[in-house]
Amino acid sequence: MSNQKDIVEPSYLEYKGKYKGIFSWILSTDHKRIALLYLFSILSFFVIGATLGLLMKFELIAPGKTIMDAQTYNAFFTLHGIVMIFAVVIPGLPAVFGNFLLPIMIGAKDVAFPKLNLFSWYLYVAGVSLVIVSQFAGDGPPDTGWTFYAPYSFRTAGTMLPAVFGAFVLGFSSILTGLNFLVTMHRMRAPGMTWLKMPLFPWTLYATGWVQLLATPVIGITLLMIVAERTLHIGFFDPSLGGDPLLYQHLFWTYSHPAVYIMILPAMGAISEIITTFSHKTIFGYKFMVASVLAIAFVGYFVWGHHMFTSGMSGTALYTFSLLTFLVAVPSSIKVFNWISTMHQGSIDLQTPFYWAMAFIFVFMIGGFSGLVLGSLAANVHLHNTHYVVAHFHFIVFGGTGFAFFGAMHYWYPKITGKMYDTKWANIGLVLFFVGFITLYGPMFYLGFKGMPRRYFDYDEVFHAGNIISTMGSWILYSGLAIIIINLFASLKGGAKAPADPWGGKTLEWTIPSPPPVENFDEIPLITKGPYDYK
Amino acid sequence: MYSTTATDASNFVSTFNTSYYFITGVAVILILGLTVVMLYFVFRYNKKKNKIAIQNEGNTRLEIIWTVIPVLLALAMFYFGWAGWKPMSKAPKDAINITSTARMWSFSFKYENGKQSPDLILPVNTPVKIKLISLDVIHSLYIPAFRVKSDIVPGREKMMWFLPQTVGVFSLYCAEYCGLRHSYMNSTVKVLSKEDYITWYADSSKVITEANSAAPGSEGLKIMINQGCNACHSSDGTKIVGPSYLNLFGQKQVVIRDGKEVTVTVDEEYIKRSIYEPNYEIVKGYPKDLMQSYKDVISADDLLKIIEYLKTLNDK
Ligand code: HEC
Ligand SMILES: [Cu+2]
Ligand SMILES: [Cu+2]
Repeated sequence: MSNQKDIVEPSYLEYKGKYKGIFSWILSTDHKRIALLYLFSILSFFVIGATLGLLMKFELIAPGKTIMDAQTYNAFFTLHGIVMIFAVVIPGLPAVFGNFLLPIMIGAKDVAFPKLNLFSWYLYVAGVSLVIVSQFAGDGPPDTGWTFYAPYSFRTAGTMLPAVFGAFVLGFSSILTGLNFLVTMHRMRAPGMTWLKMPLFPWTLYATGWVQLLATPVIGITLLMIVAERTLHIGFFDPSLGGDPLLYQHLFWTYSHPAVYIMILPAMGAISEIITTFSHKTIFGYKFMVASVLAIAFVGYFVWGHHMFTSGMSGTALYTFSLLTFLVAVPSSIKVFNWISTMHQGSIDLQTPFYWAMAFIFVFMIGGFSGLVLGSLAANVHLHNTHYVVAHFHFIVFGGTGFAFFGAMHYWYPKITGKMYDTKWANIGLVLFFVGFITLYGPMFYLGFKGMPRRYFDYDEVFHAGNIISTMGSWILYSGLAIIIINLFASLKGGAKAPADPWGGKTLEWTIPSPPPVENFDEIPLITKGPYDYK
Repeated sequence: MYSTTATDASNFVSTFNTSYYFITGVAVILILGLTVVMLYFVFRYNKKKNKIAIQNEGNTRLEIIWTVIPVLLALAMFYFGWAGWKPMSKAPKDAINITSTARMWSFSFKYENGKQSPDLILPVNTPVKIKLISLDVIHSLYIPAFRVKSDIVPGREKMMWFLPQTVGVFSLYCAEYCGLRHSYMNSTVKVLSKEDYITWYADSSKVITEANSAAPGSEGLKIMINQGCNACHSSDGTKIVGPSYLNLFGQKQVVIRDGKEVTVTVDEEYIKRSIYEPNYEIVKGYPKDLMQSYKDVISADDLLKIIEYLKTLNDK
């Protein structure tokens, strides 16, 4: 009976709506199509950002000029940061996998406000374009770094205001997505799905939604202050007008810390899903997993000051920020313990997504612990603004969010495309990616420890060896990345047809056909059991 | 080019080490331990070996244990960081005072007797307190071997202090991104024995340079090295950020004045204007607002010496 239905109901990929061709995508309000819009935009920006990174690493293979001059290098790291943070990491998992899977995982037909959802995507595109264009609108190429620190950024006339405006538009896009998800989860869970029967990935989106909602207004206020300063000459940030550059840093990090750091939450959610599915075992300590997500979101909101330990805050502020930074690590460690315990006595099916999850746990631990080193006041004074920091946040942001993103990609690929990918190539790509990642960022810990500052176009001979290794790592990483992406695209054509539940997963997305029909469910399911019921 | 790590280079090396190695040690043990456990589980509970998973929803006692232990570890880590940082905030009373002035893209150090130097010359085993001033954007004074760093924020009074403990030469970097030549904004720390320091300090010539003091214009060169002009200008024709001084004097220069192009001859008056009011005329093809005015920094006397030096750079 249900099989017959599958054939009749067209999948969301085949469905012919009001519009044709490209318009059937960019005017679609189907959460699944919007997810793919995000996926392709984010992937394109990611490839651009990664290529900039590759070129920068090549420049650093030897001291002095290798392939570009200092001005170009400074422009590259600025754009690399802006593109990666604002266009890739911040929307990343929530916009792509959240959009696609949230409604399905809670048994809904769509998000609460489908039109608003499409509008968010337009805001995203507009915001990213604004930020990038603004970088070329000034007198010269962009060279402020993605942090736009005052007063340096004010000297490169013209670029500051549109850039922050772009960030604000992007922020608005994520507010709307967050709001949409929150309302969807409050109002549209399938009958019987109590809060504590909701899977963990939606839970992380729930916490993220609140952060998006609460953090973004700060950047709005900052924008207003910059406008007032630039046009009415009220000194807020610019010391030549009597302002305080540190106020800018506070505001910037109040927004940007939650924005970039909290995006690790959906990554943790995706990893939780992958680990239970491939262990064929319910998640260990479900309630503690939920509680730790909420704790990270809450405490993570109050640690922005740890970006500014050397900039001259009062002692009390320093202690408080340092202490909170250590405490926010506790819920993350609880998650690691629970993930590993989930594997205990499981029946582990070693598939590509599971390998990604294992790699995630490994790099995430390194990223987390190096964060603790930086959170320690005495150690921070030496390591702040060195390559140690660069290594740390690439382990967290790229190693964390990035590994989870690719893990999620390989986990939900059959569901999204209706095809299976080539496992052999996927694994080769993963191994290269992992080896390249460690070779690229590992030496940066050492370089930072030795004292090499970040954002350095040129460096002393003592730092040469570490940089050579790191640059070679970037080549390995990049080839792994290329294999992964090519394999996923090639499998769209050549891949075998995916069954509804290729991995033996228990959450709701595995109960519907792959790819899902337009309306997800013929009949909204009635939930009676927990999310990971393997009994 | 000099050392960036040395045991006991300053009094903050050991406090850094306590904090750094404690956290890193715990990290290495936990990361390795957890990774080995994970790999073991993956191997032991592989579906080939373990066909059916044994369901287990959790264990509250375990959760409490692995919440409490990390909290205790975190508090210990916080404590060492805090204890190591606390002494940094208060300089001893008997410290010698040095004022560091940062501008794009050079540091300059001024001593209590008015002596100035582009390098940081210090006596060993004497506490040093450095007042930090920035004339333009945020910079950061960073001496890796000493494990100290402090941002220099324009419009804010800040200070840092430390106790150099080993005679030697160490690198000093700018650690806050400050524009085009940020990675060239560095200097050298020379820690001398107390006797050598006193000799240096008492020497009335203002800086140590390799320039031969008998050559014409060498006084002017010293002043320029001191003020960091060479961060942006060369004497050999290469363009760094500003125009080179080579063959500058007497040349015809196209400048923008009030938005209009004019051709001027480089004479004493022009050079004086260029240094005291750099934005009045901008050399065509070069950025505005980059060179700061040196009105209150370079005296009329010193200015003449600079001009003297520039004249020596004409065709040889
Ligand atoms: C931050 C970089 C920077 C520093 C430091 C700097 N300058 Fe300049 N200087 C420039 C730039 C850029 C120009 C060209 C634009 C202009 O005319 O203002 C310039 C122009 C000049 C000119 C006119 C040159 C010509 O070709 O007409 C003179 C003379 C000069 N500087 C002298 C000095 C002296 C002396 C110092 C040190 C006391 C100094 N500068 C420090 C950037 C700098
Ligand atoms: Cu600087
Ligand atoms: Cu700098």
